[in-house]
Amino acid sequence: MISSFIIVFREMIEAGLIVGIVLAATRGVPHRGRAVVLGIVAGILGACLVAAFAGELADLFEGSGQEIFNAAILALAVVMLTWHNVWMAGHGREMARELKAAGHQVKTGERTLMALSVVVGVAVLREGAEVVLFLYGIAAQGGTSASGLAAGGALGLVAGGVISGLMYFGLLTIPAGRLFQVTSGLITLLAAGMAAQSVLFLQNGGWLDYFTATVWDTSWLLPEDSITGRLLHTLVGYSQSPTGAQLIAYGGTILVILVLMRLVPQGPKKATRAAA
Amino acid sequence: MKKMLIALLMTATPALAADDGIVVHLKNHKFSPSVIKVKANKPAMIILYNDDATADEFDSPSLKIERVVPGHKKANIRLRALAPGKYPFMGEFNAATAQGVVIAE
Repeated sequence: MISSFIIVFREMIEAGLIVGIVLAATRGVPHRGRAVVLGIVAGILGACLVAAFAGELADLFEGSGQEIFNAAILALAVVMLTWHNVWMAGHGREMARELKAAGHQVKTGERTLMALSVVVGVAVLREGAEVVLFLYGIAAQGGTSASGLAAGGALGLVAGGVISGLMYFGLLTIPAGRLFQVTSGLITLLAAGMAAQSVLFLQNGGWLDYFTATVWDTSWLLPEDSITGRLLHTLVGYSQSPTGAQLIAYGGTILVILVLMRLVPQGPKKATRAAA
Repeated sequence: MKKMLIALLMTATPALAADDGIVVHLKNHKFSPSVIKVKANKPAMIILYNDDATADEFDSPSLKIERVVPGHKKANIRLRALAPGKYPFMGEFNAATAQGVVIAE
């Protein structure tokens, strides 16, 4: 039971953190709960599909289908996170000023909800597929301990939810005026970490044979498979031994997001000035 | 959307298509061989056959690889050029027994 709890919990950390951040980032936007639930449900369904067709998926692209798939959905999440941040840079300030915004602003706010819904879906899908395969394996093997293992798995899922809650309520202690700054910073790092992860999948699939050497190794200081390592891996993209290409993707993503956030017109009134 | 992405990626050419790799079997949740020697500073490939009925995940932070291998399937696992040293790996779903190490020398 303990081992299945640990495995499921480990897989749920990432999805849990991301749900918490998304909930905080969308504070004050109506129907955000629906969007998050939609993302979770779609992610679970997707996870079951991926688990069911894991063999077929892996056989694609000369045996690197799994890597390509992971790289592609991570890249999708990076694009969605970028879009959200850039949109928030344009409208977030108004939203912060008056959390109960006028109808027009609220409607535009719902647009990036869709993007964040996709991000939640991707996070749940990626980790969920492994949980499904793992729990299915337990069920298939049967034996006396199966129910105990399943209970451990269920507890792991609950713990993932607790992580979401901690992240969310932790972020809510930040005053509304600063909350969007903090969440857009978190989302930028989240996106950079995902971009680096996406690049690693491409490299492991043999599709990006540049800068494959690892640049440093901090496994002695903080192993990536420790709980702290996992948390930091999700939150800021920590890697104990990043490859050169991962570092380029990480830095490049942060740069692109920051530049786009600067370029976007700051709300309708200042649009002309920002264009100069 | 996903289909489009996949179709797009299809048109690219894979950079590496090495057929010769080190054959490793996973049976009863144990790797054999569990000690895999590779040449240092040269890319290598592990061809992992999962002889069990259930899936497992080849997992190694030091090798920077996470790869799910469904039951009765094989996986080509690419190893980057490794500096001399030991790189432990495990089958994450059955970590109690599925343990191994890559030694680059």
